[in-house]
Amino acid sequence: MKIMTCPLNGPRPVSEFFYWGELRPMPNPATASDDAWADYVFNRNGAPGLKKEWWCHTPSNTWFIAERDTEKDVVLKTYFYEGDQ
Amino acid sequence: MPWRLLRFALNKKHPEPRMFTFHEKLKPSYDVVIIGGGGHGLSAAYYLAREHGITNVCVLEKGYIGGGNTGRNTTIIRSNYLTPEGVQFYDESVRLWQDLSEDFDLNLFYANRGHFTLAHTDSALRTMRWRAEVNKHYGVASEVVGPEVVKEAAPMIDITCAGHSPILGALYHAPGSVARHDAVAWGYGRGADQRGVEIHQQTEVLGIDVEGGKVKGVRTSKGYISTGKVLCAVAGSTPRILKMVDVKSPIYIHPLQAMVSEPVKPWLDPILVSGSLHVYISQSARGELVMGASLDPYELHGTRSTLDFVEGLTSHMLEMFPFLSNVKVMRQWAGMADMTPDFAPVMGKTPVDGFYLDSGWGTWGFKATPVCGKTMAHTIATDTAHPLITGFSLDRFRNYALTGEKGAASVGH
Repeated sequence: MKIMTCPLNGPRPVSEFFYWGELRPMPNPATASDDAWADYVFNRNGAPGLKKEWWCHTPSNTWFIAERDTEKDVVLKTYFYEGDQ
Repeated sequence: MPWRLLRFALNKKHPEPRMFTFHEKLKPSYDVVIIGGGGHGLSAAYYLAREHGITNVCVLEKGYIGGGNTGRNTTIIRSNYLTPEGVQFYDESVRLWQDLSEDFDLNLFYANRGHFTLAHTDSALRTMRWRAEVNKHYGVASEVVGPEVVKEAAPMIDITCAGHSPILGALYHAPGSVARHDAVAWGYGRGADQRGVEIHQQTEVLGIDVEGGKVKGVRTSKGYISTGKVLCAVAGSTPRILKMVDVKSPIYIHPLQAMVSEPVKPWLDPILVSGSLHVYISQSARGELVMGASLDPYELHGTRSTLDFVEGLTSHMLEMFPFLSNVKVMRQWAGMADMTPDFAPVMGKTPVDGFYLDSGWGTWGFKATPVCGKTMAHTIATDTAHPLITGFSLDRFRNYALTGEKGAASVGH
């Protein structure tokens, strides 16, 4: 993967983008137990697979979601975040 | 070739001994199954056999021995870490390294070179003073030196780094060394093999059976093994194995790349690291410059290498050593680094009874090979975490008690 498609700016070199990890639903900090909160803060789905991830096109500060195969390094699609589906 | 030498080579009375015994089949059960035939797994097998008398052990390796991160690192050995846990642990490792060649009767080309971590900013220098004080407190040779000492040790260096990030000083660690990484895996493998441990290469783990919170057996591509104890020492594949036993962890995988230049005459004795410029460099016994940078910026479960990496690394390298502009890059590669949020490993027991973990070794695993094997062998044999690794347990995250090892390699700080 050397080119990534920004939903706003179109295809750009991957060096212009910043990776911010997998999209993960946050438990309510007011009601979550300590264990559930620790699980959210620290634990990750580290196994390879198809993942929805946060990426940012840094020159334009555009945040969006990329669906990427983390074993083959292939981006399947990119789109703006529209709330947790 | 002299005629006499050829006659000797063809003589059946002098066969070349193999490093390892080839085992056709797996046995139906073992006392301990070790997943991963890299340095860490083989070292654990070696110490289980040598120090604890447990020899009914098999090591399963998906590819070939030492083909993972053991053969992909840049072979640097040091113990000038930042946390007390880290310093004590790596110091024990450095001491084990020093007589490993004799222990194995195999030349590891262990070369004591001295290790400089360069500081280009006041804040970096401050961190180094802190590291030096922690190190000295635990009896590890470590001191902050001025730029003139760096210049004397590496006269070819541009001490101003092209004028824009001058070297203000360095953390000097005299015991810093390099060793031949493949030989470490082979040495441990041969030592374990001679004591009865079975090494099975080309054998992939497909699943792990857990019943009532206890390990029962391992499903492999060459058949089923029943066992009560499994050690997982698979670096970048750790999350895949953890999925098989349904254990959650903070480990995430980023590639770490490295490269070597064509061989040149010896000119660089010490090992040089710059956190600010994201480079480290040493010269191997063959004259190649072994160079590395920082982690790739996003998760990936593969070992592809990129041109971006070579361009970034060489541009910084030329700031330090402008004369290298005529030297060619010979080879580049990548390994999958199993990173943790606090840059300390995850070792010891897990919520699954009989499933032991030696992981989270990210970018700092090679130097720890001997002490990992030794402490994990103790942990497996006695079912109690070795005192040196209690700070590295998996439940530190659940308890919000992180270790915070900022002295790790390839970590900007």
